[in-house]
Amino acid sequence: MESMGKVLVINYEKCTGCRLCELVCAVMHDGISNPTRSRIKVMKWESEGLYIPMSCQQCQDAPCMNVCPVKAISRDEELGRLVIDYDVCIGCRSCVAVCPFGAMSFNSIDKKIFKCDLCDGDPQCVRFCEINAIEYVDADDVSLLKKKDAAERISIAGKEAAALAAQV
Amino acid sequence: MPLDRKIAYIDLTTGDIQTKPIPLDVRKKFLGGRGLDAYLLYNHTEKGCDPLGPKNTLMVSGGILTATCASATARTHIMAKSPLTGLLGSANMGGFFAPEMAWAGFHHLVIKGKAKHPVYIYIHNGEVEIRDARDIWGKSVTDSQWAIREDLGDQEVKSLVCGPAGENLVRFANVMTGIKNSGGRSGMGCVLGSKNLKAVAVRGTMDIKIARPKEALEYNKRFIDQIVSAKVNQTQGALGTPFIWGATNSWGGVRCRNFQYNQCEYADDIEPERIDEICEETMGKYHMTGCFGCQVHCRAQYKIPSGPYAGTYDEGPEYTSQGAFGGETDTPRAITVLTGNHLVNKFGMDNLETGSLISWAMELYELGIITSKETDGIDLKFGNDDAVIEMIDRICFRKGWLGDTLADGGIAASEKIGKNSFNYLIQVKGMSNLHSDERATPALALNIATGSRGSDHLRSRPAIDLYHLPEEVLRKIYSNPVPYDGPLSSEHTEYIGKPWQVFWQENCYMGVDCLGICKYHTTFLGATLPNFEDWSKVLYYNTGLEMNPEEIWDVAVRCNMIERLFNLREGLAREDLKKGDMLNHRYFDEPCRRGAIDVVGRKIDKKKFIQMIDEFYEHKGLDNNGIPKPETLKKLGLKNEPSHLV
Repeated sequence: MESMGKVLVINYEKCTGCRLCELVCAVMHDGISNPTRSRIKVMKWESEGLYIPMSCQQCQDAPCMNVCPVKAISRDEELGRLVIDYDVCIGCRSCVAVCPFGAMSFNSIDKKIFKCDLCDGDPQCVRFCEINAIEYVDADDVSLLKKKDAAERISIAGKEAAALAAQV
Repeated sequence: MPLDRKIAYIDLTTGDIQTKPIPLDVRKKFLGGRGLDAYLLYNHTEKGCDPLGPKNTLMVSGGILTATCASATARTHIMAKSPLTGLLGSANMGGFFAPEMAWAGFHHLVIKGKAKHPVYIYIHNGEVEIRDARDIWGKSVTDSQWAIREDLGDQEVKSLVCGPAGENLVRFANVMTGIKNSGGRSGMGCVLGSKNLKAVAVRGTMDIKIARPKEALEYNKRFIDQIVSAKVNQTQGALGTPFIWGATNSWGGVRCRNFQYNQCEYADDIEPERIDEICEETMGKYHMTGCFGCQVHCRAQYKIPSGPYAGTYDEGPEYTSQGAFGGETDTPRAITVLTGNHLVNKFGMDNLETGSLISWAMELYELGIITSKETDGIDLKFGNDDAVIEMIDRICFRKGWLGDTLADGGIAASEKIGKNSFNYLIQVKGMSNLHSDERATPALALNIATGSRGSDHLRSRPAIDLYHLPEEVLRKIYSNPVPYDGPLSSEHTEYIGKPWQVFWQENCYMGVDCLGICKYHTTFLGATLPNFEDWSKVLYYNTGLEMNPEEIWDVAVRCNMIERLFNLREGLAREDLKKGDMLNHRYFDEPCRRGAIDVVGRKIDKKKFIQMIDEFYEHKGLDNNGIPKPETLKKLGLKNEPSHLV
């Protein structure tokens, strides 16, 4: 019960773009190295040095769950995640089409849809990311952390402004 | 399985393409990456071939562990006969190319011939295609890569390319991938240019089944914990390689004014902390980036803060750019280093060779050996920042007499310039030295003198020799996986035991290059990092191949010997100043003029140096002329003639 309400938080500014998360995700789930099997994917703008990891947001009002014609996707309240029942799934890929984050994927080798399952409460992408660009934290704490970051920026900006004023 | 990745043989003259599996017995003898490349080069290149002719063969490879769940398997290796040295050409780079090639089904490419017009090779899920590159020819390193993505309609394609320098046959042009990952040294980009080969593009989505995924995953985690806990890697991750230049300059181990001084004074503006400040100012707090699967993230991001390229994004600078465009030329200004770094990245040109040759030309200019007539009026004095930037451009585009002359490399240039210009050229086997000064460090001097691709720190440098580690720690490192009970010394100015350290490092680096792992993940800068014993386990967990640490050591010794055999076949002779295992006379004649108290006044004792070479040859199983003894070849299972297993 400890992990109830925990979510993946991605701080893309920290991401170095190494894609280790993609590798360990595929190896953890399939025993195979192949980024196309990864539930997380680092999108890159190399000429600007910008890297943004994308993964499932485990939405509350989840389009994938809502659109599924056979109700193969359901919410696992214990881990706060959306799970696929492969015995029910018909592979129509409607969920892939509606996901606003592109986080639902279709694996053309196994002919299956797949998405982040939070590694049953021990996300490997988080475990391997030494710079903490991906964290697994209580949903309630996310905005608190962001508030603290923003407050720090405001504080620094204030001090800089004061320093500039002092120079004038 | 990682072991089912194939070799593609591509003939650019005829368009013939063949793919073959890599037999298991070949894997056990050479593993992959640089080691197997050396074997392929020896087999597929004719003795004495023109490095710029169609008969030269270009190898591109990943290591045996590339794209597996081992740590940091990002390295791509490129090999051919070098157009700079006429001997072994070999370059290694990080980035994302080799893993993508492995997912596309290949570990090795063997490229022969010459295309009629510019082409690029496209490899996609087991298929190899030669495509028109006439519209891409002439473009910069990054623009070429983006153009290939447009051409293929796939933004996930990874390419290795030659830039304008390679097209212009600059003898030390790089192969590049991404923004700045460089297969630098020995002119592999020039070989691409000579073949009308603009690029190799890869895209793969094929499975690589991990032999024991659970163990592989856990061992990778253990590796990472070990690697990121090393102080040296934490510093790399914060400041990048510039920290090495700063540290080395502080005690007097870097070249300044070509080879006149061993320390660069008034260098505050290019100290690692200052470079880091610029990176932070232009790219924000988190400005480090890394290669595939690596947690060291040693590459900085920056925008050029001022000047004609202000606002331009680039990556680096590595310590080599500080050395090449700051220290050697005595222009220790951040703007010069950052701009110079950007230009060589854009052009695809070796920063070390470029900076070294410019600083050599500066010394010749100050001595009056060349004059303003040869420089087209450029005041090529040390400390002239504009001249450095201008010369980079002139070399890449072969502009003016001097630009064109230097583009042919140091030895050819010295023959053209004449007088006693060669005496001032700081090189081994025709390749310029790193920006470091090894007069106070005999082990490092031996390393650059005997490196298989010419003067080089990445083939056998016992960098930890500088740490003054206690003898028992050294013994623990250097008597594994094979026993060594000879002398070892903690003192970096000593000559004792250094040949064994250099020999051991040579095999360690060959091992890591065969596996496809970065050197920051082994006994290079960090004394506590993994080597043979860990590799044995990682190899088993990922590929299922069972090889004990001694067997991996044997592979490394064997592959180093093939590189030696190749060099001997192409004319290496022990004391030949242009093609041998010998240093410029200044190492023996001119003492260090600056630096720490135990550095000032030091130079290499020639007699002791020759003894070190003798001892090094002995460890390698070579005779006094540096030629392998018959029993050595027999023991390694090598013949003097190609065996053509692949």
